[in-house]
Amino acid sequence: MIPLGHYLFVSAVLFAIGTAGVFMRRNLITILLSIEIMLNAVNLSFVAFGRQLGSVDGQIIVLFVMTVAAAEAAVGLAIVIGLYRHRESLNPDAFTLLKW
Amino acid sequence: MLALIPLFPLLGFLINASFGRRLPKTLSGAVASAVMVASFVVSAMTVRRLAGLPAGERAIEQTVYTWIASGDFVLDLTFRVDPLAAVMILIVSGIGALIHVYSTAYMHDEPDGEYARYFSYLNLFAAFMLVLVLGANFLVLFVGWEGVGLCSYLLIGFWFRKKSAADAGKKAFVVNRIGDYAFILGVLLLFARFGTLDFQRLASVVSAIPPEQGVFGVLSIATLLLFIGATGKSAQIPLYVWLPDAMEGPTPVSALIHAATMVTAGVYMIGRNAVLFSHAPETMLIVAVIGAVTALMAATIGLVQNDIKRVLAYSTVSQLGLMFLAMGVGAFGAGIFHLYTHAFFKALLFLGSGAVIHALHGEQDIRHMGGLKRYLPVTYWTFLIGSLAIAGVPFLSGFFSKDEILYETFHGGHALLWLMAAVTSLLTATYMFRLVFLTFHGERRGHQLPDPRSPIPDPGPRVPDPGGHGHVHDAPPAMALVLVILAVGSVLAGYVGVPHALGGRNALAAWLAPSFQPPGAAAEVGGGLQASAETAADPAAAALELTLMAVSSANAIGGILLAWFVWLRRRELAAGLARRFVGVYTLLLNKYYVDELYDAAVVRPIQVGSEHGLWRGVDVAVIDGAVNGTGVIVAEGSGILRRLQTGSVRAYAGSMFIGVIVILGYYLWR
Repeated sequence: MIPLGHYLFVSAVLFAIGTAGVFMRRNLITILLSIEIMLNAVNLSFVAFGRQLGSVDGQIIVLFVMTVAAAEAAVGLAIVIGLYRHRESLNPDAFTLLKW
Repeated sequence: MLALIPLFPLLGFLINASFGRRLPKTLSGAVASAVMVASFVVSAMTVRRLAGLPAGERAIEQTVYTWIASGDFVLDLTFRVDPLAAVMILIVSGIGALIHVYSTAYMHDEPDGEYARYFSYLNLFAAFMLVLVLGANFLVLFVGWEGVGLCSYLLIGFWFRKKSAADAGKKAFVVNRIGDYAFILGVLLLFARFGTLDFQRLASVVSAIPPEQGVFGVLSIATLLLFIGATGKSAQIPLYVWLPDAMEGPTPVSALIHAATMVTAGVYMIGRNAVLFSHAPETMLIVAVIGAVTALMAATIGLVQNDIKRVLAYSTVSQLGLMFLAMGVGAFGAGIFHLYTHAFFKALLFLGSGAVIHALHGEQDIRHMGGLKRYLPVTYWTFLIGSLAIAGVPFLSGFFSKDEILYETFHGGHALLWLMAAVTSLLTATYMFRLVFLTFHGERRGHQLPDPRSPIPDPGPRVPDPGGHGHVHDAPPAMALVLVILAVGSVLAGYVGVPHALGGRNALAAWLAPSFQPPGAAAEVGGGLQASAETAADPAAAALELTLMAVSSANAIGGILLAWFVWLRRRELAAGLARRFVGVYTLLLNKYYVDELYDAAVVRPIQVGSEHGLWRGVDVAVIDGAVNGTGVIVAEGSGILRRLQTGSVRAYAGSMFIGVIVILGYYLWR
C-alpha cells in the first residue's frame, strides 16, 4: 500500500503546477485548466486522507468539488467566450476595465 | 356637558377646514355662527345650573380623560366652571357668536375658500379660548393659551399676501413667545414647589402659607413669571408692541381677539390665581404699576394716531392696563367687571370702525373721513354709545366698572396710581371723542392728505372705488343687528355691578368673590360678600366712592368737551397745538419710539449676531466645516487607496496567493 506521504507529495506538486499556471500563462483557457488542476490536487488529498482514516467524508467532499468544478467550467468558459467576442483577445491583462 | 362648550366651535372648525372650499359662503358662515350659538346656549345652561348651587360650592367639574400619568404625576384633562369661568364663557361664546354673525357680512367679498378659511380660524380660536377659560389646571389653560396665540397669528396674517400683515402676524407670535416662555417657567416653578398644577389645590396649598410680605420668595418669582406671560398675551409694557400692529387683521378679528377676548386672557389668568397673587404682594405692586403706566402711556399715544383701528388698539392696551391695575391693587372683582364691560363696548367700537371701513371701501385714516354721521346713521349712533360707555359717562357700563377700579385703587391707598388712572380716563374720553368727531362730524374730507407712512391701506376684501367716495352705504343688516345688540349691551352691561354707594347690590362682585378665595374659605366666612357688605355699611367709604365718582364723571365730560373744542369747534387748534409742541407730538406719533428701541436693542443685535456669529461663524465654519471636512478626508484618502484597485484579475490573485503564503508561514514558523 502506498503510504499517505506519497499521495500528499503528488497533491502538493500538482497544486504548485496549477498555481504556477494561473500566474504565468497568458491564456484564459489555460488558466481555467490550471484551476482545474489545483482543484484535482485538493481532491487527491481528500481521498488520500479519507482512505487513511477509513472514512467516506473525503470522498463525499470530492463529489461536491467535482460538481462545483463542472459548474465553474461551464460558467467560466461562457465568460471566456463572451470576453473573447468583446476584445478579440484571451490575454487576462487586456481585461482591466473594472477599476476606479 | 362642559366639554361640549369648546367642542362645538371645534366641530365648526373641522367642518370648515375640511369641506369649506366646497361649501357655499352662506353655508360655511351659517355653520360657523351656529356652532357659536350652540356653544353659547350650552354655556348659558351651565351657568344657570351653577347659579342654582349654594354660593360657597359653585363649581362644576368634568374630567374628560387622564392626559398624562407618569409615576406620581397625574394630570387630567379637566374642565371646571366656577363663577369666574362662568363670566368668561358667556363673554367668549356670546360676543364670539355676535362677531361671527357680523363677519358673515363683513367678509362677504372674500372668495369661497378664503371665506371658509377665515371662519375655520375663527371657530378654532373660540374653541381654544373656551379651553383656556375652562381649564382646571395650568397645563390645560396653557393649551388654550398657546392655541389662541396660534389663531391670533393666523388671523392677523389672514391677508398674508400683504407683507405688513404677514410681518404683523410674525411679530405678534414672536412677542407672545417671549411671554409664554416666562409663563411656562412660572408654571414649572409652581409645580416644583407645590407639586400640583390644579388651580384649586394650588390655592389651598398656598393659602396655608403666610404671604411673602417684603420678601421676594418662590411665590413672588413664580407669580412674576406668570405676569410676564400675561404682559405678552394681554399687551402690557414691555410686550405690548404687537397689539397695534395686529390691526392688520380683518376688523372683526380685532374686535374678537384683540379687544374682547384673547387679550383679556392675562387678566383672567391673574383672577384665576388670585390667591397666589395675593400671597405675593411684591408682584402685586409690580402688576399695579405696570398696569397704570401702560394705561397712561397707551392713552397718550392714542391721542395722536390717525388710523381708526390703531386708536382703538391703543385704547385697548390702555383699558387692559386699567384691568391690570385693578388686579394689582387686589380688586380682582373690579378687574373682571371691567373686562366684562370692556368686551361689550370695545367689540362694539371695533365692529363700528369695521362698518366705517367697509362703507369707505378700505379707508382707515380718520383724516380722510369726517361727516359720516349722515351716511352711516346706525354705525354713528352705536359707535357714539360705545364711545360714551368707554369714556365713562355716568350710568353706562364703562362708568360702573372703571369707577370701581378707581375707587378700589384709591381705597387701597395708591393715590399716585389713582391719579394716573384718573388722567387715563380723561385721556380716554378725549381720544375717543376725537375719533368720533373726526370720523362722523364736520365736513367730508377726501384724499387731500396723502400719508406717506401708510399708503391707502388694506388690500382687504374691498374693490378700489374709482369714482371717489361715491356710494357710501350703511352697515348691511347682519352687521347692523350686531352693532345694535352690542350697543344695548354697552348700555346695560354695567347694571350687574352697581356699587352699594349708588344703592345697588354689586351683584357681580358677590358672584365672583368665591373664585378669588381659596376653596372652602368662601363657604366659611362668605368672603368678599362680607367685605363688600362692610363697605356698603360704612358711610365714609360710600362718601369717598361718591366723590370719586363725581371726579371721574367730570373727567369723562371734561374729556369729551375738550375733544369737542379742539377737534370740532376750533379745528385749527389741533394743528396749532401739534406745531406748538412739535417735540411731544412727534414723540407720541412715533409711539415713544418703542418699536425703534426694540428694533435697535433686540431685533438688530439678534439679526447681526445670527448672521455673523451663528450663520457665518458657527454654521458655516464649524458645522459645515466638520461635515465638509469629513467628506474631504474620505475623498483624499480614497484617492490614494483606489490605486490598489488595478482591475487586473491576476494582480488580485497574486495578492491573495501571497496573503495565503504569509498566513501559512505564520502558522508554520511561529
